[in-house]
Amino acid sequence: MLLEFPWLSLVIWLPIVGGIAVIASGDQDADLTKRIALWVALLTFAVSVPLWLGFDASTAEMQFVERSSWIPAFGIDYYLGIDGISMPLILLTTFITIFVIIAGWDVIQYRPSHYMAAFLIMEGIMVGVFSALDAILFYFFWEAMLIPMFIIIGVWGGPNRVYATIKFFLYTFFGSVFMLVALIYLYFKTGSFDILGFHAAPLGMMAQVLIFIAFLLAFAVKVPMFPVHTWLPDAHVEAPTGGSVILAAIMLKIGGYGFLRFSLPITPDASAQLDWLIIAMSLIAVIYIGLIALVQQDMKKLIAYSSIAHMGFVTLGFFIVFAIFQRAETAGAVMGIEGGMVQMISHGFISGALFLCVGVLYDRMHTREISAYGGVINSMPWFGAFMVFFAMANAGLPGTSGFVGEFMVILASFRADFWFAFLAATTLVLAAAFTLWLVKRVVFGEVKNDQVAQLKDLNRREALNLGVLAAATLAIGIWPKPLVDVMEPTIENLVQQIQVSKLPEPDAATVPPVVGLQP
Amino acid sequence: MTTHMPSIASSLVAILPELVILVTACTVLVADLYTREDQKESNHSLTLAGLVAALFAVGLVGGGSASFAFTESFVRDPMSDLLKGAILVVTVLTFVYAKDYMRERDMWVGEYHVLLLFAVLGAMIMVSANGFLTLYLGLELLSLCLYALVAFDRDSKQGAEAAMKYFVLGALGSGMLLYGISMLYGAAGGFAFADVAAAVASQGNGDQILVFGLVFALIGIAFKFGAVPFHMWLPDVYQGAPTSIVLFLSSAPKIAAFAMAARILIEGLNGLQTDWGDILVILAVLSLALGNVVAIAQQNIKRMLAYSTISHVGFIFLGLLAGTQQGYASAMFYSVVYALMSAGAFGVLLMMSYRAQDVQNIDDLKGLSDRDPWLAAMMALIMFSMAGVPPMVGFIAKLMVLEAVVAQGMVWLAIVAVVFSIIGAFYYLRVVKMIYFDKPVADLPVTTNASARVAITVNGALILLLGMYPAALFSLCQKAFPI
Repeated sequence: MLLEFPWLSLVIWLPIVGGIAVIASGDQDADLTKRIALWVALLTFAVSVPLWLGFDASTAEMQFVERSSWIPAFGIDYYLGIDGISMPLILLTTFITIFVIIAGWDVIQYRPSHYMAAFLIMEGIMVGVFSALDAILFYFFWEAMLIPMFIIIGVWGGPNRVYATIKFFLYTFFGSVFMLVALIYLYFKTGSFDILGFHAAPLGMMAQVLIFIAFLLAFAVKVPMFPVHTWLPDAHVEAPTGGSVILAAIMLKIGGYGFLRFSLPITPDASAQLDWLIIAMSLIAVIYIGLIALVQQDMKKLIAYSSIAHMGFVTLGFFIVFAIFQRAETAGAVMGIEGGMVQMISHGFISGALFLCVGVLYDRMHTREISAYGGVINSMPWFGAFMVFFAMANAGLPGTSGFVGEFMVILASFRADFWFAFLAATTLVLAAAFTLWLVKRVVFGEVKNDQVAQLKDLNRREALNLGVLAAATLAIGIWPKPLVDVMEPTIENLVQQIQVSKLPEPDAATVPPVVGLQP
Repeated sequence: MTTHMPSIASSLVAILPELVILVTACTVLVADLYTREDQKESNHSLTLAGLVAALFAVGLVGGGSASFAFTESFVRDPMSDLLKGAILVVTVLTFVYAKDYMRERDMWVGEYHVLLLFAVLGAMIMVSANGFLTLYLGLELLSLCLYALVAFDRDSKQGAEAAMKYFVLGALGSGMLLYGISMLYGAAGGFAFADVAAAVASQGNGDQILVFGLVFALIGIAFKFGAVPFHMWLPDVYQGAPTSIVLFLSSAPKIAAFAMAARILIEGLNGLQTDWGDILVILAVLSLALGNVVAIAQQNIKRMLAYSTISHVGFIFLGLLAGTQQGYASAMFYSVVYALMSAGAFGVLLMMSYRAQDVQNIDDLKGLSDRDPWLAAMMALIMFSMAGVPPMVGFIAKLMVLEAVVAQGMVWLAIVAVVFSIIGAFYYLRVVKMIYFDKPVADLPVTTNASARVAITVNGALILLLGMYPAALFSLCQKAFPI
């Protein structure tokens, strides 16, 4: 019963229909509009919980599968399903959206109905991205996501919002159209747009490399990886608080999810051959972007750069597996990918919370300049406590979720190469440096000016937001086992899948595949 | 005598939709003379009634396998059914959008209705042509009406200039086509597409005259579509003509042009597919490149949409050149969808200009979301659709064309197409930016009427719903090209 009900469709379409209802309710009675939006978000979260409760964590099979024909002429199906990789991300999406709605409650004065609706529609689309098993359906949601975000940044953003939002749109659009061509090519190789069918399709090395690059363009822009990260700081700085939270907490994860769902299983040989590229890009992101974060004057920009550095960890964890295979180990490989996944979930909570913290300050002072603050803890003790907590989590303090993912990735890296691990571990130093220095300058120290002295502490709504996120961060930090258990079979299956070469026989003779290294 | 009776009767049944339009046009022409100045509203009602009746007639006599009329010079088949339906739908939209605009500008006269109806008749004859002669008749009927309509604002110098340019270049294009037809006739010994197909089958591309005829016919097609390098007339005509005329010009005749291309290339010259396919590759790439790049530099929104048309023509050609059933069907789908999007875009511009200055520059759209949120949403929807962003139908249309191209192993062509789509996305986005992110220059509410609002809503809903459920329309397109 639980498995037969179309829960996934419900989680996708409920917020979209709810969003349209919110627009229709108009701005005359703003309070009512906001309450409808909040109820839709809560209800969506409630209907997404069965996905977790009914989830069978002992198998790597797709669950909650829904499949019906959509465009039969092209073999395109409305095909949904989730596994251990997508289920936690869907719950993260429905969970975070609630706080985004709450965070915009008083702040958004201009057309609140449209603002709330944009986030609800966005939520449905993002769940669609995570649950689509048909490549065109995936692309459908993937691109559709751009429209609400484009509007959110462009309408409710900061002074330079138009530049930022057009840059955001064109960067992502640029990345994804090549993916579309790759997907169409795969369709002609396999005869359908079934993503799981793509996983099984044999492909020559040349085709794999080209497809890998097409996917890389799409996902690297979304993650974002160095050197295509430059849209992110602009988008974050200009976006309203809610937009930043969604961007950092969920949209970046879609890039990471893409690597796991597309790049690794569809082009394992090309991934093995080009893993040095991704590892290099990831390490540059961790170190170089970490250094850049150190010198930021703007709080949001600092957290944006910190996001890029942390996402570098995620991609490192995903692609370190090929180096581990060469040492004939599988357990380490599983740990690397798991670490990346845990890091994605944890970063969703922490970066979301940090952007909410900046939003709290910005709503009161209307500036994000670090130099405008100092000694905030004197007037806002509760806020100070939360800010310090999330900063610590961002720096990877043991006991918080930030530690778990980083630790797993570093451990996995050790199994690959000491120097990878060494370079990756510098993030612990760098992240501590830039976040603690941020906290020192903003929260502690002398009270900077009268404005800071008169700041009001968190109101109930803000305290609730940050409190729940802090609890989630702690929960995963102290007891990550449930999360890891859910993912484990899927990731083990994935690791097995990518160890098997997909090259057709004649090619396999000339290019030695990375297989059979298990003892 | 009696032996001919049934064939004439069945001919008349086959051309029922055309007859309805013809009768409507003549009725309006005569009735206009006898109605007082303050009762001209009846023209409008009569025209709309005629169009809707023709739409029913298409449904009534349509469906099923092909039927012929007038010694097989006229054909009614699944392709003509769908395309005629689409032409009639966008024409209804045209009349509804244009009403207040034309009335405010003293152009709401009987001739406007009559000319437009005859243009529709020409387009419908083109769609149903089964030979070069019928095709040419329809084309000229359509074109002559359009030349007059472009110059419809008698006091506008720009309009006169545009009409002149259109007439001279259009006549040149028709001349080329006619020259090509004469060669094909010489080689095949008949005007019917089947005769030409038979000649191609027996002689192949070894016959110089056939290939020469093909080239000139193709130039004629490219002229009517406005494909690069035969696009020069398009931006000037779009800019100079009254917006309500451009609305029609950019939608229904494009569908007719697709029919012309399909009839000549697929039904007549399918055997020379390798020859015309290569030519279309060049035309398509040039159209995509020039259309999308030059559109960025435009300040005038009508010119911008003209260059956008050119780039969309590139996509339609991509579908045709794939040379497969899937490719033809996707090109047909694209033409119909493009006509819908274009009608919507110009419809919004028209509604904004009802009781105000003509919307000419992109800047005039600034702050539309403050002035009229619903209109703004529709325009944004159309722009995203033209840019090819899901869930709008523009994406599905592009996807289908790309699939057809990749299926033929021309991945590079698909990559060229998507690269120029990225460039194209910029200028569509700029329109959305003006609408949503900029403050209005003059903060006046837009005055529109209810029927136009209903029309734009239906138009927008079609663009969204066809994007989500494209299967039905696409299977109709597939039926038009049985294998």
